[in-house]
Amino acid sequence: MGKRLEGKVALITGGTSGIGAGTVERLAAEGAKVIFTGSNAAAAEKVCAATGAQFIRHDVCDAEAWNALMAQILEKHGRLDIAFANAGTESGDSNIEDITIEGWNNVIGVNQTGAMLTVQHAMRAMARNPQGPTGSIIVNSSMNAHRAMGNFVAYSVSKAAVIALVKAAAVHAGNSKYQIRVNAILPGVVETALISNLIEKSEDPAATRSAYESLSPMGRMAKVEEIAGLVAWLSSDEAKFSSGSEFTMDGASTAGMNGV
Amino acid sequence: MTDLGSQRLKDRVALVSGGLRGIGLACVERFLAEGADVVLTDLDAPGSTLAEETVGRLGQAASYVQANVTKAEDWDRARNLVAERHGILHILVNNAGTDLTGPVESLTDEAWRRIMSINVDGVFMGTRAFAPMMAESGKDVKGGASIINVSSIMGLVGMSEVSAYNASKGAVRLFTKGIAIEFAEKKMPIRANSLHPGFVVTPLLKEGFQRWVDSGVAEKAQDLVDMVSAKTPMGRLADPTELASAAFFLASEDSSYMTGAELVVDGGWTAQ
Repeated sequence: MGKRLEGKVALITGGTSGIGAGTVERLAAEGAKVIFTGSNAAAAEKVCAATGAQFIRHDVCDAEAWNALMAQILEKHGRLDIAFANAGTESGDSNIEDITIEGWNNVIGVNQTGAMLTVQHAMRAMARNPQGPTGSIIVNSSMNAHRAMGNFVAYSVSKAAVIALVKAAAVHAGNSKYQIRVNAILPGVVETALISNLIEKSEDPAATRSAYESLSPMGRMAKVEEIAGLVAWLSSDEAKFSSGSEFTMDGASTAGMNGV
Repeated sequence: MTDLGSQRLKDRVALVSGGLRGIGLACVERFLAEGADVVLTDLDAPGSTLAEETVGRLGQAASYVQANVTKAEDWDRARNLVAERHGILHILVNNAGTDLTGPVESLTDEAWRRIMSINVDGVFMGTRAFAPMMAESGKDVKGGASIINVSSIMGLVGMSEVSAYNASKGAVRLFTKGIAIEFAEKKMPIRANSLHPGFVVTPLLKEGFQRWVDSGVAEKAQDLVDMVSAKTPMGRLADPTELASAAFFLASEDSSYMTGAELVVDGGWTAQ
């Protein structure tokens, strides 16, 4: 089988850390030319050095900047085969009683509107690919789409919303006779640097770690490379009849009754 | 980084029920191409032309055992053969299945029990027969052993005159979640996931379409293919290899954190 993504061009938003950075590494290892975006240039440099991928500083919420970003990618590569709408935040989030409108708008802006803009611009580019309208778009949702967190109302809402976004985009692609697939991934808790920091900074790190781990009957968190493996599979022709679907990778966290 | 070349199932042993045809055969072929040893089971006699030709073509790494998935003694025989020949099992695809259509008030007790027996009892008995062996074999594999239960999009959504098949495939979906949680909580290194194909060009589908033609639902089978294609956002039916690539993902280390989940391969059917 060899490198499944040889010759393909991939765009990953929020690629400077966590699942995004892990996916940059995995798609590049499978032969893709990877362009990733984000805001942390210092972190991006390390990812570029490790993977040979290209970094473009870009804010997913900036609708105007999307045109320039896509123009830059298409001018250099002439095509887009894979897009991973990964950028996300929980900054400003809270429970329903306490969340401010600024906090709400920030989370919904990045997670929901940012994902919409990613899917929109990716589909427009893929529809004009030289070999015809083909490609694979993957949106990073979360198991929290189905199991909400009381203290993260905007995050939970945004992650549920992007599943409907994926389905609507997949059906539109079908109506338009595109061979462009759009799917959502729903990871469980992933041991990213963000989560590790939260654990370290908590009052009782051991108890916090244990609480995260026990969300899965497997008794552990996911590793970044495990989620990247799912994205790689969906990116490849191995998944060429899957579209409009949800791909849960959560160690059975949502397979049973919550809290049992 | 994982070896991303071929042979990603080298030194693994797989069993595929209903392995002589359709999605099962495609899984067998894919697992063999990835370096696994594969035991396939089906209803055909070992000396039958299909069984002999298929196993002959597949080569040394493949072996065949006749087994009816509804019979516990047949599962025992399959397990004994796997134990003797390999001593281990990493991948189990509970694929054997049948279909049944018709108005609910016309379904006979026998027809209902037959489909539930094949589609549901078969998955349960296969899991029961091999879980202890797989719990041992899974210790040596990243992510553990993998059980892949073939459900259907008809295990996710209902359809007129498909109620018995809906019920059987829905049962497979939730049986899979139950065992996934059970194995994980007991630290048995076995993952379990359900696979949900849409309409796939298989002998079972062709037979089903022919029955609809015979009963006057459609003039010819191609009309049904065209109708299903038109209702699928991707505009076509699936090839069995497109399900085998999903089964391969579930069998491989790449899905090491995936258990109790559903892999849908339906060209967008259930998104609309």
